Amino acid sequence: MQALTNGYRQDRRRVAYPAKYSGLNLFRRGLMHQEWPPAWRHHDLKGSYDVVIIGGGVHGLAAAYYLAANHGITDVAVLDKSYLGSGGSGRNTAILRSNYLTPEGVRFYDRSIQLYRQLAADLDFNVMFSRRGHLTLAHSDASLRTMRWRAEVNKAQGVDSEVVDPAEVKRLAPFIDVSLQARYPVLGALWHPPGGIIRHDAVVWGYARGADALGVHIHQNTEVTGIDVTDGRVRGVRTTRGDIATRVVLNATAGWATLICDMAGVELPIQTFPLQAAVTEPVKPFLSTVIVSGTLHVYISQTDRGELVFGASVDPFTSYSMRGSLEFIEGLAGHVLELMPALSKVRVLRQWAGLCDMTPDFSPVMGHTPVDGFLVDVGWGTYGFKAGPVSGEAMANCIASGQTPEIIAAFGLDRFAGGVLVGEKGAAAVGH
Amino acid sequence: MMLVPCAWCGPRDAAEFQHVGEAVARPDVGSATREQWRAYLYLRANPCGWTTETWYHRMGCRKFISVERHTETNEIRAVRAAGAAQ
Repeated sequence: MQALTNGYRQDRRRVAYPAKYSGLNLFRRGLMHQEWPPAWRHHDLKGSYDVVIIGGGVHGLAAAYYLAANHGITDVAVLDKSYLGSGGSGRNTAILRSNYLTPEGVRFYDRSIQLYRQLAADLDFNVMFSRRGHLTLAHSDASLRTMRWRAEVNKAQGVDSEVVDPAEVKRLAPFIDVSLQARYPVLGALWHPPGGIIRHDAVVWGYARGADALGVHIHQNTEVTGIDVTDGRVRGVRTTRGDIATRVVLNATAGWATLICDMAGVELPIQTFPLQAAVTEPVKPFLSTVIVSGTLHVYISQTDRGELVFGASVDPFTSYSMRGSLEFIEGLAGHVLELMPALSKVRVLRQWAGLCDMTPDFSPVMGHTPVDGFLVDVGWGTYGFKAGPVSGEAMANCIASGQTPEIIAAFGLDRFAGGVLVGEKGAAAVGH
Repeated sequence: MMLVPCAWCGPRDAAEFQHVGEAVARPDVGSATREQWRAYLYLRANPCGWTTETWYHRMGCRKFISVERHTETNEIRAVRAAGAAQ
Protein backbone atom coordinates (compact mmCIF):
# COMPACT_ATOMS: atom_id res chain seq x y z
CA MET A 1 0.00 0.00 0.00
CA GLN A 2 1.27 3.42 -0.89
CA ALA A 3 1.66 5.88 1.96
CA LEU A 4 -0.85 8.70 2.12
CA THR A 5 0.46 11.66 0.21
CA ASN A 6 0.52 14.72 2.35
CA GLY A 7 -1.75 17.48 1.15
CA TYR A 8 0.31 20.35 2.46
CA ARG A 9 2.01 22.93 0.38
CA GLN A 10 5.64 21.98 0.75
CA ASP A 11 5.05 18.62 -1.03
CA ARG A 12 3.19 20.13 -3.93
CA ARG A 13 4.22 20.98 -7.44
CA ARG A 14 4.59 24.72 -7.72
CA VAL A 15 1.57 26.04 -9.53
CA ALA A 16 2.12 28.82 -12.07
CA TYR A 17 -1.18 30.66 -11.90
CA PRO A 18 -2.00 33.04 -14.74
CA ALA A 19 -2.50 35.75 -12.12
CA LYS A 20 -1.60 35.34 -8.47
CA TYR A 21 -4.24 36.64 -6.11
CA SER A 22 -2.38 38.89 -3.69
CA GLY A 23 -2.80 42.29 -2.11
CA LEU A 24 0.08 43.63 -4.17
CA ASN A 25 -1.46 42.37 -7.44
CA LEU A 26 -4.83 43.81 -6.47
CA PHE A 27 -3.21 47.19 -5.90
CA ARG A 28 -1.15 47.02 -9.10
CA ARG A 29 -4.07 45.95 -11.31
CA GLY A 30 -6.30 48.56 -9.74
CA LEU A 31 -3.71 51.21 -10.41
CA MET A 32 -3.23 50.15 -14.05
CA HIS A 33 -6.93 49.35 -14.74
CA GLN A 34 -6.00 45.80 -15.74
CA GLU A 35 -8.61 43.06 -16.10
CA TRP A 36 -8.11 39.79 -14.24
CA PRO A 37 -7.77 36.74 -16.53
CA PRO A 38 -10.56 34.12 -16.23
CA ALA A 39 -9.98 31.70 -13.35
CA TRP A 40 -10.14 28.72 -15.73
CA ARG A 41 -10.08 28.40 -19.50
CA HIS A 42 -12.33 26.87 -22.13
CA HIS A 43 -10.90 24.00 -24.19
CA ASP A 44 -12.09 21.97 -27.16
CA LEU A 45 -12.95 18.39 -26.23
CA LYS A 46 -10.02 16.14 -27.15
CA GLY A 47 -10.56 12.66 -28.59
CA SER A 48 -8.76 10.98 -25.73
CA TYR A 49 -7.71 11.63 -22.13
CA ASP A 50 -5.78 9.55 -19.60
CA VAL A 51 -8.49 10.12 -17.00
CA VAL A 52 -12.09 11.31 -17.39
CA ILE A 53 -13.86 12.58 -14.28
CA ILE A 54 -17.64 12.83 -14.48
CA GLY A 55 -18.99 15.56 -12.22
CA GLY A 56 -17.61 19.10 -11.88
CA GLY A 57 -18.31 19.57 -8.21
CA VAL A 58 -15.94 19.71 -5.27
CA HIS A 59 -15.24 15.95 -5.41
CA GLY A 60 -14.49 15.77 -9.14
CA LEU A 61 -12.44 18.96 -9.25
CA ALA A 62 -10.49 18.05 -6.09
CA ALA A 63 -9.67 14.65 -7.60
CA ALA A 64 -8.48 16.38 -10.79
CA TYR A 65 -6.43 18.90 -8.82
CA TYR A 66 -4.72 16.28 -6.62
CA LEU A 67 -4.09 14.00 -9.64
CA ALA A 68 -2.15 16.86 -11.21
CA ALA A 69 -0.59 18.33 -8.04
CA ASN A 70 0.34 15.16 -6.13
CA HIS A 71 0.81 12.61 -8.92
CA GLY A 72 1.73 14.61 -12.03
CA ILE A 73 -1.19 13.21 -14.07
CA THR A 74 -2.40 16.22 -16.04
CA ASP A 75 -4.12 14.70 -19.11
CA VAL A 76 -7.43 14.82 -17.27
CA ALA A 77 -10.90 15.97 -18.34
CA VAL A 78 -13.58 17.03 -15.86
CA LEU A 79 -17.08 16.85 -17.41
CA ASP A 80 -20.20 18.48 -16.02
CA LYS A 81 -23.61 18.51 -17.63
CA SER A 82 -24.24 22.03 -16.32
CA TYR A 83 -22.00 24.69 -14.75
CA LEU A 84 -19.35 23.92 -12.11
CA GLY A 85 -20.81 23.41 -8.67
CA SER A 86 -24.39 23.26 -9.98
CA GLY A 87 -25.21 20.11 -8.04
CA GLY A 88 -24.64 19.23 -4.42
CA SER A 89 -21.51 21.42 -4.17
CA GLY A 90 -23.58 24.57 -4.55
CA ARG A 91 -26.65 23.37 -2.66
CA ASN A 92 -25.27 22.16 0.67
CA THR A 93 -25.20 24.23 3.85
CA ALA A 94 -21.36 24.45 3.84
CA ILE A 95 -20.85 22.98 7.32
CA LEU A 96 -17.50 21.32 8.11
CA ARG A 97 -16.99 18.90 11.01
CA SER A 98 -15.34 15.59 11.83
CA ASN A 99 -17.22 14.44 14.94
CA TYR A 100 -18.40 11.15 13.47
CA LEU A 101 -19.19 7.86 15.19
CA THR A 102 -16.93 5.20 13.68
CA PRO A 103 -13.09 5.37 13.87
CA GLU A 104 -12.96 5.02 10.06
CA GLY A 105 -15.33 7.95 9.63
CA VAL A 106 -13.62 10.19 12.19
CA ARG A 107 -10.16 9.61 10.70
CA PHE A 108 -11.44 10.26 7.18
CA TYR A 109 -13.38 13.47 7.89
CA ASP A 110 -10.62 14.81 10.15
CA ARG A 111 -8.16 14.56 7.27
CA SER A 112 -10.65 16.60 5.25
CA ILE A 113 -10.78 19.33 7.89
CA GLN A 114 -6.96 19.45 7.93
CA LEU A 115 -6.93 19.94 4.16
CA TYR A 116 -9.69 22.56 4.35
CA ARG A 117 -7.67 24.54 6.90
CA GLN A 118 -4.74 24.75 4.46
CA LEU A 119 -6.87 25.14 1.36
CA ALA A 120 -6.81 28.92 0.95
CA ALA A 121 -2.98 28.88 1.00
CA ASP A 122 -2.76 25.76 -1.20
CA LEU A 123 -5.07 27.12 -3.87
CA ASP A 124 -4.23 30.83 -3.62
CA PHE A 125 -7.97 31.40 -3.32
CA ASN A 126 -9.91 32.76 -0.37
CA VAL A 127 -12.31 29.96 0.55
CA MET A 128 -13.50 31.85 3.66
CA PHE A 129 -13.13 28.99 6.13
CA SER A 130 -14.56 30.14 9.42
CA ARG A 131 -13.62 27.82 12.28
CA ARG A 132 -16.34 28.59 14.77
CA GLY A 133 -17.25 25.40 16.59
CA HIS A 134 -20.12 23.00 16.11
CA LEU A 135 -22.82 22.19 18.70
CA THR A 136 -24.98 19.08 18.31
CA LEU A 137 -27.86 19.34 20.78
CA ALA A 138 -29.20 16.34 22.68
CA HIS A 139 -32.90 16.37 23.59
CA SER A 140 -33.12 12.84 24.96
CA ASP A 141 -31.11 10.43 27.10
CA ALA A 142 -30.53 8.25 24.06
CA SER A 143 -28.96 11.02 22.01
CA LEU A 144 -26.89 12.18 24.99
CA ARG A 145 -25.55 8.63 25.25
CA THR A 146 -24.66 8.60 21.53
CA MET A 147 -22.88 11.92 22.01
CA ARG A 148 -20.75 10.58 24.86
CA TRP A 149 -19.88 7.66 22.60
CA ARG A 150 -19.01 10.00 19.73
CA ALA A 151 -16.91 12.22 22.02
CA GLU A 152 -14.87 9.21 23.22
CA VAL A 153 -14.34 7.86 19.67
CA ASN A 154 -13.30 11.37 18.58
CA LYS A 155 -10.82 11.80 21.44
CA ALA A 156 -9.28 8.40 20.71
CA GLN A 157 -8.65 9.62 17.13
CA GLY A 158 -7.21 12.94 18.35
CA VAL A 159 -10.27 14.99 17.38
CA ASP A 160 -11.42 17.67 19.79
CA SER A 161 -14.98 16.87 20.97
CA GLU A 162 -16.65 16.92 24.35
CA VAL A 163 -20.10 16.70 25.90
CA VAL A 164 -21.23 19.96 27.54
CA ASP A 165 -24.20 20.80 29.78
CA PRO A 166 -27.11 23.18 29.00
CA ALA A 167 -25.46 26.08 30.88
CA GLU A 168 -22.43 25.83 28.61
CA VAL A 169 -24.73 25.62 25.57
CA LYS A 170 -26.36 28.86 26.72
CA ARG A 171 -22.94 30.48 27.10
CA LEU A 172 -21.84 29.40 23.61
CA ALA A 173 -25.12 30.32 21.90
CA PRO A 174 -27.15 32.72 24.07
CA PHE A 175 -30.19 32.77 21.77
CA ILE A 176 -30.97 29.08 22.28
CA ASP A 177 -33.89 28.30 24.57
CA VAL A 178 -32.41 25.85 27.10
CA SER A 179 -35.27 26.18 29.59
CA LEU A 180 -37.30 23.19 30.71
CA GLN A 181 -40.41 24.83 29.22
CA ALA A 182 -39.31 23.92 25.69
CA ARG A 183 -41.17 21.11 23.96
CA TYR A 184 -37.89 19.18 23.66
CA PRO A 185 -35.65 20.55 26.44
CA VAL A 186 -31.91 20.66 25.73
CA LEU A 187 -30.20 18.09 27.98
CA GLY A 188 -26.67 18.69 26.74
CA ALA A 189 -24.65 18.94 23.56
CA LEU A 190 -21.63 17.62 21.74
CA TRP A 191 -19.20 20.54 21.43
CA HIS A 192 -16.76 20.21 18.54
CA PRO A 193 -14.50 23.31 18.33
CA PRO A 194 -12.77 22.43 14.99
CA GLY A 195 -16.09 22.54 13.10
CA GLY A 196 -17.13 25.55 11.08
CA ILE A 197 -18.47 26.86 7.81
CA ILE A 198 -16.85 27.75 4.51
CA ARG A 199 -17.91 29.37 1.23
CA HIS A 200 -18.81 26.32 -0.89
CA ASP A 201 -18.68 28.09 -4.29
CA ALA A 202 -15.19 29.38 -3.53
CA VAL A 203 -14.00 25.84 -2.81
CA VAL A 204 -15.30 24.68 -6.21
CA TRP A 205 -13.81 27.68 -8.03
CA GLY A 206 -10.50 27.39 -6.17
CA TYR A 207 -10.08 23.73 -7.13
CA ALA A 208 -11.13 24.49 -10.73
CA ARG A 209 -8.59 27.30 -10.97
CA GLY A 210 -5.85 25.16 -9.42
CA ALA A 211 -6.59 22.17 -11.68
CA ASP A 212 -6.77 24.38 -14.79
CA ALA A 213 -3.42 25.99 -13.99
CA LEU A 214 -1.86 22.50 -13.84
CA GLY A 215 -3.24 21.54 -17.28
CA VAL A 216 -6.56 19.82 -16.49
CA HIS A 217 -9.32 20.46 -19.05
CA ILE A 218 -12.63 21.54 -17.55
CA HIS A 219 -15.66 20.99 -19.77
CA GLN A 220 -18.93 22.51 -18.62
CA ASN A 221 -22.26 21.84 -20.37
CA THR A 222 -20.93 18.44 -21.43
CA GLU A 223 -23.35 15.66 -20.51
CA VAL A 224 -22.24 12.03 -20.47
CA THR A 225 -24.64 9.91 -22.52
CA GLY A 226 -22.87 6.55 -22.35
CA ILE A 227 -19.82 4.66 -21.12
CA ASP A 228 -18.17 2.07 -23.38
CA VAL A 229 -17.23 -1.10 -21.55
CA THR A 230 -15.83 -4.15 -23.38
CA ASP A 231 -14.47 -7.31 -21.76
CA GLY A 232 -15.05 -5.82 -18.30
CA ARG A 233 -12.85 -2.78 -18.99
CA VAL A 234 -13.64 0.86 -19.66
CA ARG A 235 -12.78 2.01 -23.21
CA GLY A 236 -14.37 5.41 -23.49
CA VAL A 237 -17.08 7.89 -22.67
CA ARG A 238 -19.76 9.27 -25.00
CA THR A 239 -20.88 12.83 -24.41
CA THR A 240 -23.15 15.40 -26.00
CA ARG A 241 -20.03 17.10 -27.41
CA GLY A 242 -18.34 13.99 -28.84
CA ASP A 243 -16.73 10.71 -27.83
CA ILE A 244 -13.65 10.39 -25.64
CA ALA A 245 -11.34 7.37 -25.57
CA THR A 246 -10.04 6.72 -22.05
CA ARG A 247 -8.99 3.87 -19.80
CA VAL A 248 -9.94 5.45 -16.49
CA VAL A 249 -13.34 6.95 -15.61
CA LEU A 250 -14.21 8.34 -12.19
CA ASN A 251 -17.87 8.79 -11.35
CA ALA A 252 -17.90 11.76 -8.95
CA THR A 253 -21.54 12.71 -9.36
CA ALA A 254 -24.14 13.16 -6.67
CA GLY A 255 -27.82 12.65 -7.37
CA TRP A 256 -27.18 11.07 -10.74
CA ALA A 257 -24.59 8.54 -9.49
CA THR A 258 -26.80 5.51 -10.06
CA LEU A 259 -27.70 6.67 -13.59
CA ILE A 260 -23.99 7.00 -14.51
CA CYS A 261 -23.18 3.64 -12.92
CA ASP A 262 -26.05 2.03 -14.86
CA MET A 263 -24.22 3.11 -18.06
CA ALA A 264 -21.19 1.11 -16.96
CA GLY A 265 -23.27 -1.79 -15.64
CA VAL A 266 -22.32 -1.31 -11.97
CA GLU A 267 -25.11 -1.76 -9.42
CA LEU A 268 -25.13 0.61 -6.46
CA PRO A 269 -27.07 0.28 -3.18
CA ILE A 270 -28.18 3.91 -3.49
CA GLN A 271 -31.53 5.71 -3.38
CA THR A 272 -31.81 9.38 -4.30
CA PHE A 273 -33.70 11.73 -1.98
CA PRO A 274 -34.04 15.52 -2.18
CA LEU A 275 -32.87 17.58 0.78
CA GLN A 276 -34.19 21.08 1.24
CA ALA A 277 -32.55 24.11 2.78
CA ALA A 278 -33.45 27.77 3.23
CA VAL A 279 -31.80 31.10 3.94
CA THR A 280 -33.15 34.19 5.73
CA GLU A 281 -32.59 37.88 5.27
CA PRO A 282 -29.30 39.13 6.75
CA VAL A 283 -29.30 40.18 10.40
CA LYS A 284 -26.55 41.41 12.72
CA PRO A 285 -24.04 38.73 13.77
CA PHE A 286 -25.38 36.95 16.85
CA LEU A 287 -24.67 33.27 16.26
CA SER A 288 -21.00 32.35 16.45
CA THR A 289 -21.39 28.56 16.27
CA VAL A 290 -23.09 25.98 14.08
CA ILE A 291 -26.18 24.55 15.83
CA VAL A 292 -27.53 21.09 14.99
CA SER A 293 -30.51 19.33 16.49
CA GLY A 294 -31.21 15.77 15.41
CA THR A 295 -34.52 15.59 17.24
CA LEU A 296 -35.82 18.77 15.60
CA HIS A 297 -34.31 17.87 12.19
CA VAL A 298 -32.58 21.21 11.78
CA TYR A 299 -29.16 22.82 11.54
CA ILE A 300 -28.51 26.53 11.73
CA SER A 301 -25.49 28.70 10.97
CA GLN A 302 -24.99 32.38 10.28
CA THR A 303 -22.95 33.31 7.23
CA ASP A 304 -20.40 36.11 7.12
CA ARG A 305 -23.07 38.24 5.40
CA GLY A 306 -25.42 37.72 8.34
CA GLU A 307 -27.93 35.42 6.65
CA LEU A 308 -29.11 32.42 8.63
CA VAL A 309 -28.76 29.15 6.71
CA PHE A 310 -31.18 26.39 7.71
CA GLY A 311 -30.94 22.79 6.63
CA ALA A 312 -33.05 19.75 7.41
CA SER A 313 -33.19 16.02 6.89
CA VAL A 314 -33.99 14.44 3.52
CA ASP A 315 -37.53 14.45 2.12
CA PRO A 316 -39.64 11.41 3.04
CA PHE A 317 -39.64 9.81 -0.42
CA THR A 318 -37.18 9.26 -3.27
CA SER A 319 -37.22 11.82 -6.07
CA TYR A 320 -35.05 13.67 -8.56
CA SER A 321 -37.19 16.79 -8.20
CA MET A 322 -35.32 19.83 -6.93
CA ARG A 323 -38.33 21.98 -6.16
CA GLY A 324 -39.03 23.28 -2.68
CA SER A 325 -42.23 22.47 -0.84
CA LEU A 326 -44.42 24.51 1.52
CA GLU A 327 -44.67 21.60 4.01
CA PHE A 328 -40.91 21.71 4.37
CA ILE A 329 -40.59 25.42 5.08
CA GLU A 330 -43.52 25.32 7.54
CA GLY A 331 -42.00 22.41 9.44
CA LEU A 332 -38.53 23.95 9.37
CA ALA A 333 -39.72 27.34 10.64
CA GLY A 334 -41.52 25.63 13.52
CA HIS A 335 -38.41 23.70 14.49
CA VAL A 336 -36.15 26.75 14.30
CA LEU A 337 -38.50 28.68 16.58
CA GLU A 338 -38.50 25.80 19.08
CA LEU A 339 -34.75 26.38 19.41
CA MET A 340 -34.60 30.16 19.00
CA PRO A 341 -37.94 31.85 19.71
CA ALA A 342 -36.31 35.27 19.15
CA LEU A 343 -36.17 34.61 15.38
CA SER A 344 -39.94 34.76 14.93
CA LYS A 345 -39.82 38.06 12.99
CA VAL A 346 -36.99 37.05 10.64
CA ARG A 347 -38.11 36.48 7.05
CA VAL A 348 -37.00 33.58 4.85
CA LEU A 349 -35.54 34.84 1.56
CA ARG A 350 -35.40 31.65 -0.46
CA GLN A 351 -35.39 27.87 -0.26
CA TRP A 352 -33.93 25.22 -2.54
CA ALA A 353 -33.29 21.50 -2.78
CA GLY A 354 -30.34 19.30 -3.67
CA LEU A 355 -30.12 15.59 -4.37
CA CYS A 356 -28.69 13.18 -1.80
CA ASP A 357 -27.56 9.67 -2.71
CA MET A 358 -28.39 7.71 0.42
CA THR A 359 -26.58 4.44 1.16
CA PRO A 360 -27.89 1.85 3.65
CA ASP A 361 -25.20 2.67 6.26
CA PHE A 362 -24.83 6.46 5.75
CA SER A 363 -21.25 6.06 4.53
CA PRO A 364 -19.98 6.71 0.99
CA VAL A 365 -19.02 4.21 -1.69
CA MET A 366 -15.46 4.83 -2.91
CA GLY A 367 -12.80 3.07 -4.93
CA HIS A 368 -12.65 0.40 -7.62
CA THR A 369 -15.65 -1.44 -9.04
CA PRO A 370 -16.01 -4.82 -10.81
CA VAL A 371 -15.50 -2.90 -14.10
CA ASP A 372 -11.78 -2.37 -14.68
CA GLY A 373 -10.90 1.33 -14.91
CA PHE A 374 -14.30 2.50 -13.65
CA LEU A 375 -14.02 4.07 -10.21
CA VAL A 376 -16.70 5.55 -8.00
CA ASP A 377 -16.74 8.36 -5.46
CA VAL A 378 -20.47 8.33 -4.80
CA GLY A 379 -23.13 7.72 -2.17
CA TRP A 380 -22.40 11.00 -0.44
CA GLY A 381 -25.81 11.34 1.14
CA THR A 382 -25.95 14.43 3.31
CA TYR A 383 -22.23 14.65 4.16
CA GLY A 384 -20.45 14.99 0.80
CA PHE A 385 -19.28 18.58 0.84
CA LYS A 386 -17.24 18.34 4.05
CA ALA A 387 -15.40 15.33 2.59
CA GLY A 388 -14.46 16.99 -0.72
CA PRO A 389 -10.69 17.49 -0.24
CA VAL A 390 -9.92 14.13 1.36
CA SER A 391 -12.05 12.30 -1.24
CA GLY A 392 -10.23 14.06 -4.06
CA GLU A 393 -6.87 13.27 -2.50
CA ALA A 394 -7.75 9.62 -1.86
CA MET A 395 -9.34 9.05 -5.29
CA ALA A 396 -6.34 10.66 -7.00
CA ASN A 397 -4.11 8.29 -5.05
CA CYS A 398 -6.41 5.39 -5.98
CA ILE A 399 -6.21 6.24 -9.70
CA ALA A 400 -2.46 6.91 -9.71
CA SER A 401 -1.43 3.84 -7.71
CA GLY A 402 -4.12 1.43 -8.89
CA GLN A 403 -4.60 0.43 -5.27
CA THR A 404 -7.08 1.44 -2.60
CA PRO A 405 -5.55 3.84 -0.05
CA GLU A 406 -5.96 2.77 3.55
CA ILE A 407 -8.02 5.82 4.50
CA ILE A 408 -10.90 4.76 2.21
CA ALA A 409 -10.44 0.97 2.48
CA ALA A 410 -13.55 0.69 4.67
CA PHE A 411 -15.78 2.41 2.11
CA GLY A 412 -15.50 -0.10 -0.79
CA LEU A 413 -18.48 -1.28 -2.82
CA ASP A 414 -17.79 -4.88 -1.73
CA ARG A 415 -18.66 -4.11 1.91
CA PHE A 416 -22.37 -4.67 1.24
CA ALA A 417 -21.93 -8.26 0.04
CA GLY A 418 -19.49 -8.93 2.87
CA GLY A 419 -21.81 -7.37 5.46
CA VAL A 420 -19.08 -5.07 6.85
CA LEU A 421 -21.02 -1.82 6.91
CA VAL A 422 -19.66 1.43 8.36
CA GLY A 423 -22.73 2.53 10.32
CA GLU A 424 -22.72 6.31 10.55
CA LYS A 425 -26.45 6.86 10.94
CA GLY A 426 -26.00 8.01 14.54
CA ALA A 427 -23.67 10.85 13.47
CA ALA A 428 -24.47 11.56 9.82
CA ALA A 429 -28.26 11.61 9.72
CA VAL A 430 -30.00 14.65 11.15
CA GLY A 431 -33.24 12.79 11.60
CA HIS A 432 -31.93 9.83 13.61
CA MET B 1 -49.00 19.99 -1.41
CA MET B 2 -48.61 16.68 -3.22
CA LEU B 3 -51.69 14.48 -3.54
CA VAL B 4 -51.54 10.69 -3.63
CA PRO B 5 -54.77 9.07 -4.92
CA CYS B 6 -55.30 6.20 -2.49
CA ALA B 7 -57.05 3.20 -4.04
CA TRP B 8 -59.55 3.25 -1.14
CA CYS B 9 -59.67 6.82 0.19
CA GLY B 10 -59.26 8.91 -2.97
CA PRO B 11 -56.79 11.82 -3.26
CA ARG B 12 -55.06 12.50 0.06
CA ASP B 13 -52.09 14.62 1.20
CA ALA B 14 -48.79 12.77 0.61
CA ALA B 15 -47.82 13.53 4.23
CA GLU B 16 -50.38 10.89 5.32
CA PHE B 17 -48.43 8.20 3.49
CA GLN B 18 -45.19 6.38 4.12
CA HIS B 19 -43.03 5.73 1.07
CA VAL B 20 -42.04 2.05 1.07
CA GLY B 21 -40.35 1.88 -2.33
CA GLU B 22 -39.81 -0.87 -4.84
CA ALA B 23 -41.41 -4.20 -3.92
CA VAL B 24 -38.71 -6.90 -3.82
CA ALA B 25 -39.46 -10.61 -3.35
CA ARG B 26 -37.69 -12.21 -0.37
CA PRO B 27 -35.31 -14.97 -1.49
CA ASP B 28 -35.51 -18.44 0.02
CA VAL B 29 -33.57 -18.38 3.32
CA GLY B 30 -32.17 -21.88 2.90
CA SER B 31 -30.70 -21.56 -0.57
CA ALA B 32 -30.01 -17.82 -1.07
CA THR B 33 -26.39 -16.88 -1.83
CA ARG B 34 -24.63 -13.89 -0.29
CA GLU B 35 -25.09 -11.93 -3.52
CA GLN B 36 -28.83 -12.63 -3.51
CA TRP B 37 -29.13 -11.44 0.09
CA ARG B 38 -27.19 -8.33 -0.75
CA ALA B 39 -29.54 -7.60 -3.61
CA TYR B 40 -32.59 -8.25 -1.45
CA LEU B 41 -31.36 -6.09 1.42
CA TYR B 42 -29.76 -3.18 -0.37
CA LEU B 43 -30.30 -3.02 -4.14
CA ARG B 44 -33.33 -1.07 -5.30
CA ALA B 45 -34.10 0.49 -8.65
CA ASN B 46 -33.37 4.23 -8.58
CA PRO B 47 -34.66 5.43 -11.95
CA CYS B 48 -35.07 9.02 -13.08
CA GLY B 49 -38.46 8.58 -14.75
CA TRP B 50 -41.54 6.39 -14.32
CA THR B 51 -41.35 3.81 -11.55
CA THR B 52 -43.78 1.49 -9.80
CA GLU B 53 -43.49 1.48 -6.03
CA THR B 54 -45.39 0.75 -2.83
CA TRP B 55 -46.84 3.42 -0.53
CA TYR B 56 -48.48 2.80 2.84
CA HIS B 57 -51.46 4.93 3.88
CA ARG B 58 -50.17 5.29 7.43
CA MET B 59 -52.59 7.98 8.66
CA GLY B 60 -55.58 6.78 6.68
CA CYS B 61 -56.86 3.33 5.76
CA ARG B 62 -53.52 1.73 6.73
CA LYS B 63 -53.41 -0.29 3.52
CA PHE B 64 -50.58 -0.69 1.03
CA ILE B 65 -51.02 0.68 -2.48
CA SER B 66 -48.99 0.32 -5.65
CA VAL B 67 -48.26 3.70 -7.25
CA GLU B 68 -46.83 4.58 -10.66
CA ARG B 69 -44.91 7.83 -10.19
CA HIS B 70 -42.49 9.91 -12.26
CA THR B 71 -39.50 10.53 -9.99
CA GLU B 72 -38.50 13.82 -11.59
CA THR B 73 -41.92 15.54 -11.71
CA ASN B 74 -43.63 13.50 -8.94
CA GLU B 75 -46.63 13.06 -11.27
CA ILE B 76 -48.73 9.99 -10.41
CA ARG B 77 -50.58 8.22 -13.23
CA ALA B 78 -51.83 4.89 -11.88
CA VAL B 79 -52.73 3.55 -8.45
CA ARG B 80 -54.01 0.14 -7.46
CA ALA B 81 -54.11 -2.06 -4.40
CA ALA B 82 -50.67 -3.52 -3.66
CA GLY B 83 -50.48 -7.07 -4.96
CA ALA B 84 -53.45 -6.59 -7.29
CA ALA B 85 -53.07 -7.54 -10.96
CA GLN B 86 -52.18 -4.71 -13.34
